[in-house]
Amino acid sequence: MQRIIAVLLENESGALSRVANLFTARGYNIESLTVAPTEDPSLSRMTIVTRGDENVLEQITKQLNKLIDVVKLMDLTEGPHIERELMMIKVRADGGVREEVKRMSDIFRGRIIDVAANQYTIEMTGGSQKLDAFIQVLGEECIIETVRSGVMGIARGNKHLV
Amino acid sequence: MELSGAEIVVQALKDEGVEYVWGYPGGAVLHIYDALFKQEAIQHILVRHEQAATHAADGYARATGKVGVALVTSGPGATNAVTGIATAFMDSIPMVVVSGQVPTPVIGSDAFQEVDTVGITRPCVKHNFLVKRVQDIAMTMKKAFYIAASGRPGPVVVDIPKDVTDPDIKVSYVYPATIQMRSYMPVERGHSGQIRKAVDFMMQAKRPVIYTGGGVVLGDASENLYKLAQVTGFPVTNTLMGLGGYPATDQLFLGMLGMHGTYEANMAMHETDVLIAIGARFDDRVTGKIAHFCPHAKIIHIDVDPASISKTVRVDVPIVGQVNNVLEDMLRLIEEMQRKPDVKALSDWWARIEGWRSVNCLSYLPSDQVIKPQKAVDALYQVTREMDFYLTSDVGQHQMFAAQFYPFDKPRRWINSGGLGTMGFGLPAAMGVQQAFPEATVACVTGEASIQMCIQELATCKQYDLPLKIILLNNGYMGMVRQWQEFFYDGRYSHSYVDALPDFIKLSESFGHVGMQVTNPADLEAAYREAFGMRDRLVFMDIVVDPEENVYPMIEAGKGHHEMHMSPYLSSERELA
Ligand SMILES: Cc1cc2nc3c(=O)[nH]c(=O)nc-3n(C[C@H](O)[C@H](O)[C@H](O)COP(=O)(O)OP(=O)(O)OC[C@H]3O[C@@H](n4cnc5c(N)ncnc54)[C@H](O)[C@@H]3O)c2cc1C
Ligand SMILES: Cc1ncc(C[n+]2csc(CCOP(=O)(O)OP(=O)(O)O)c2C)c(N)n1
Ligand SMILES: [Mg+2]
Repeated sequence: MQRIIAVLLENESGALSRVANLFTARGYNIESLTVAPTEDPSLSRMTIVTRGDENVLEQITKQLNKLIDVVKLMDLTEGPHIERELMMIKVRADGGVREEVKRMSDIFRGRIIDVAANQYTIEMTGGSQKLDAFIQVLGEECIIETVRSGVMGIARGNKHLV
Repeated sequence: MELSGAEIVVQALKDEGVEYVWGYPGGAVLHIYDALFKQEAIQHILVRHEQAATHAADGYARATGKVGVALVTSGPGATNAVTGIATAFMDSIPMVVVSGQVPTPVIGSDAFQEVDTVGITRPCVKHNFLVKRVQDIAMTMKKAFYIAASGRPGPVVVDIPKDVTDPDIKVSYVYPATIQMRSYMPVERGHSGQIRKAVDFMMQAKRPVIYTGGGVVLGDASENLYKLAQVTGFPVTNTLMGLGGYPATDQLFLGMLGMHGTYEANMAMHETDVLIAIGARFDDRVTGKIAHFCPHAKIIHIDVDPASISKTVRVDVPIVGQVNNVLEDMLRLIEEMQRKPDVKALSDWWARIEGWRSVNCLSYLPSDQVIKPQKAVDALYQVTREMDFYLTSDVGQHQMFAAQFYPFDKPRRWINSGGLGTMGFGLPAAMGVQQAFPEATVACVTGEASIQMCIQELATCKQYDLPLKIILLNNGYMGMVRQWQEFFYDGRYSHSYVDALPDFIKLSESFGHVGMQVTNPADLEAAYREAFGMRDRLVFMDIVVDPEENVYPMIEAGKGHHEMHMSPYLSSERELA
């Protein structure tokens, strides 16, 4: 089962390593992890995508909560939520395919943010599956480089972490 | 008050009421050592190896319930301390370790004696800090002590770079009176609805067992545990860490459970229908194979750490809270609601338990030729039972024999490394206990392999006049290892013979102590009386025991509670002790 956990933690040096360490030391999966300070500079917010059975997931939330630096956490997958990932992808766009790549990017609501003689760099946000789909559509031969932010998530409606 | 960083460290310790600090100096902590030199309220005890500083602070904490404190330098000082920190971590012992660090401007440059102490200790501390500004020391020390002692206790490391303790930079000092952390709020009281549900389960139980662990000792809940057992008449078993949490000589006590637990305790676990787990963490040495663990039971679990609950075994009634508070609420509820256990079922249950008890699973073949280790522990008990007595242990067969054959009636009297199983723990831990209780009798039961891991501390004992009694059960083997090799490796004793032993009498004497050797069973008790009669001397007793005795009963790893190996002598016709 995949879970998306949003974690609010003290913005202190070492806090990120504590979380990363916990996952390796206890053998938990991390599919992605993103972190950045919030509007309150003393706090960081992290989104962790992980996978495991019911027992493991219960332990993951308990062990995260047990970390002294963790202020609060929420399993976003328990309720309606929005997930987004940002991708920048540099693709070959020469001759015949140049137009086709642009069209694809438009369909996926990407934006071309940099142009070179035979290349485009496209920015795209969305759920991870959409980004995966775009990569698949382009095909391996076409892709030069990709960078993805990992998933960020937030609960829908008036539920919130703070 | 204007103080330097070094002075703040020392003043904060005083403000926490610290009496003793175990430590070892070095470059990065010299400013702190200078501040220690200039005061008298805190006594510093100079160990001979930083591992011992942490074990001594740990022993002190286990015996007193207060936070133990150690002070070590950067680099090798800190790495030497890691074993002791991990030992305390595994057994949830409150401890603060202050370590020196290279000056902030050179952190990360592979400076002399630099290691990433916060990184190295991160997986084996409850929390750790790197203090980068002198203004932050006081608050960090306050947090360190608060975190170490509250909730589920544990060790906290405070790493302080040398420039932060500079004697020439003074800042105003106020020690925070209280502390609130938005990210750390341990639970105090249990949920009343859950407690009610637990009482319901208990009063309907036909075959209940109370299984308690280190949490009862750490949480000072022995009295309420005793009341609960007396009110209900339920049988009680303790983990290795829980021994003394319930009086071992009481009729309701079944002995220790688990890998080397008693037949009656383990069989009761196998058949129980309601298990009341209190401050115990379902360790694999206790549960054996999870699939076979308490197959018929509804499980109630009281623990202050939510992560302990349903970690390895799923429970039916989780109760998060301080064990003493929960037991208090539980007792009040039982009284208010006039709840009574099922007396008829209980009496059948006890009849069954008495049947298991009558097997006398701890019997061993006595000898008048060679000292049996079990006999050595039993005689120790006979000689010390009336004393104000503490027993620390190293790790191995001697530890198990002590756990099985020394009935502890009070908490905090049995001090051993259970979770990490750290050989070398016993002697320095005993130093910490003796320091805390100078009038008490403190002994350390050990093996000839274990004792050599921190033997240098005999010098510390001399310097500080610690009249410990060292009970070396000398079987010439790493007995616990040899036993596994006998059972599971067809007797191939690969590197478990402890060759080239020193002459322990001469060795003790060279440190200025009294050495004794006992080889004849007939001399055992007199030797103990002589040793324990020397109130002001450390006596090192080299007790030569049967080299190939095994610890029984034993549950192999991966087996269930009902699949114990029993002593082969139980079925023999011979007269057993
Ligand atoms: C050679 C060897 C053999 C061993 N054989 C055995 C054996 O046969 N049987 C056995 O039992 N052990 C044995 N052990 C020990 C074993 O490894 C574990 O250390 C031990 O079983 C754990 O004990 P515990 O469950 O009481 O937990 P502890 O480690 O003492 O943990 C205490 C629990 O209580 C909780 N707690 C702490 N304070 C409070 C509080 N104030 N309120 C509420 N909860 C609190 C904690 O969160 C934790 O869950 C052996 C060890 C060695 C080295
Ligand atoms: C530091 C450390 N190293 C290795 C072990 C593995 N170990 C467990 S018991 C034991 C043998 C202990 O021998 P001894 O101290 O003579 O005690 P005995 O079992 O003979 O009573 C060993 C090596 C350990 N627990 N700790
Ligand atoms: Mg031995």
